[in-house]
Amino acid sequence: MPEPRVTIKIPRPLYERIQRSIEGSGFSSVTDFIVYVLRDVMSGAGHRDERGELTREELDAIKERLKNLGYL
Amino acid sequence: MTNGSANDERAIHQIKPHGGRLVNRLVEGETKENLLERAHALPKIQLNERELADIEMIAVGAMSPLEGFMTREVYDSVLDTMHLPLGLPWTLPVTLSVKPDEDPDQYRTGLDVALCRGDAVLGVMHLEDKWKPDKAAEAEKVLLTTDEAHPGVAYLGSVGDTYLGGEISVFEKPEHEAMNDYRLDPKETRVLFKAKGWSTIVAFQTRNPIHRAHEYLQKCALEIVDGLLIHPLVGATKKGDIPADVRMRCYEVLLENYYPRDRVAISVFPAAMRYAGPREAIFHALVRKNYGCTHFIVGRDHAGVGKYYGTYDAQLIFNEFTREELDITPLFFEHAFYCTACGNMASAKTCPHGNDEHVFLSGTKVREMLSRGECPPPEFTRPEVAEVLVEAYEKGIG
Repeated sequence: MPEPRVTIKIPRPLYERIQRSIEGSGFSSVTDFIVYVLRDVMSGAGHRDERGELTREELDAIKERLKNLGYL
Repeated sequence: MTNGSANDERAIHQIKPHGGRLVNRLVEGETKENLLERAHALPKIQLNERELADIEMIAVGAMSPLEGFMTREVYDSVLDTMHLPLGLPWTLPVTLSVKPDEDPDQYRTGLDVALCRGDAVLGVMHLEDKWKPDKAAEAEKVLLTTDEAHPGVAYLGSVGDTYLGGEISVFEKPEHEAMNDYRLDPKETRVLFKAKGWSTIVAFQTRNPIHRAHEYLQKCALEIVDGLLIHPLVGATKKGDIPADVRMRCYEVLLENYYPRDRVAISVFPAAMRYAGPREAIFHALVRKNYGCTHFIVGRDHAGVGKYYGTYDAQLIFNEFTREELDITPLFFEHAFYCTACGNMASAKTCPHGNDEHVFLSGTKVREMLSRGECPPPEFTRPEVAEVLVEAYEKGIG
């Protein structure tokens, strides 16, 4: 079942700029591009979560475990 | 494609977790100590096998972006739209039920609940929501049946009538008695893939031994990616499925004899099976994205059981999502077999010959042969795998 949608207005020059930018990108429309970007922003992907990156110590510990288990 | 050294690690682009960030609900330090101290005085809820697997997966980010068990708003959104309220695809409810012998009134929204397995307190849920679901509607929407013979429907009938929802804080991952050398969390598989120089990784999900047909699909996929992750599900399955420890021995002998070890990794997937067919195929793909995989193999009747789903329904459901919102690339394969006329493994797409030239055995036939101590033909199963299964059947499994 298609999800319900609402109409949002953006300035025409911005729309046309996005339209030019997405040519050949794999996005089939400006709408698809904007939805993708907004979902990304809302998920917090742009926010640097201090627990999202591994510390050097954590990375070394993981690699050590992987070596001990024979993966590396 | 790459198979580079550690020097290439920084050049490796990894697929983002679903929602953009790998969730971590494992608490440590002072937070853990404080919660542990309080937990023993909190109302307790016992976790069943599925819920135990789910808290482990939520805790280590395998179910990113989920941070706990679903509230009613999220549950309804998943059931009705196959998306989370903010728009990300998600197809299976992840729920915690009050057990039939537990009093729902002891759990109060706004307060915490201790998550227990026997006497062990594994974590705490910060209770946001408590409600009575329509389990028949859940079965109809998720499992596409309300037939009590379906194992997923039977599961719903076995759990209590009240669901609890809220974020969880987990003290320790559940302890496991077996396969601990093969338990890698998403952050570990991601480090592994990067260290191996793999940018593209295909995941293969299974709850069965790997026969020649599965091997064929995996190797076809491996031709176009850097690495293969064999990711067998080892959580709760139904009676009649081959036990996980037997399957692991099958995988080990197969990898030892027939797979290029520098291109293949095997790690266990701690999830419980829902047997939800199409919806579970999407779920399986999204979770493997969290493990760092860029591709996911979907064969015949993925996550199916009996005849509840069409043979390729689990592939067709991917058409209901855009490529961008899933991000992980499904690789669809049709029925595969050994063709005596072609002289090789093939599929319905690549072989022009009829069924009389195809070496194919039904699951029932295979079980009968194994029960008699008879190995299936090598065109169907590798002899080393067959030996493991025959030995297991002699000991009374299956």
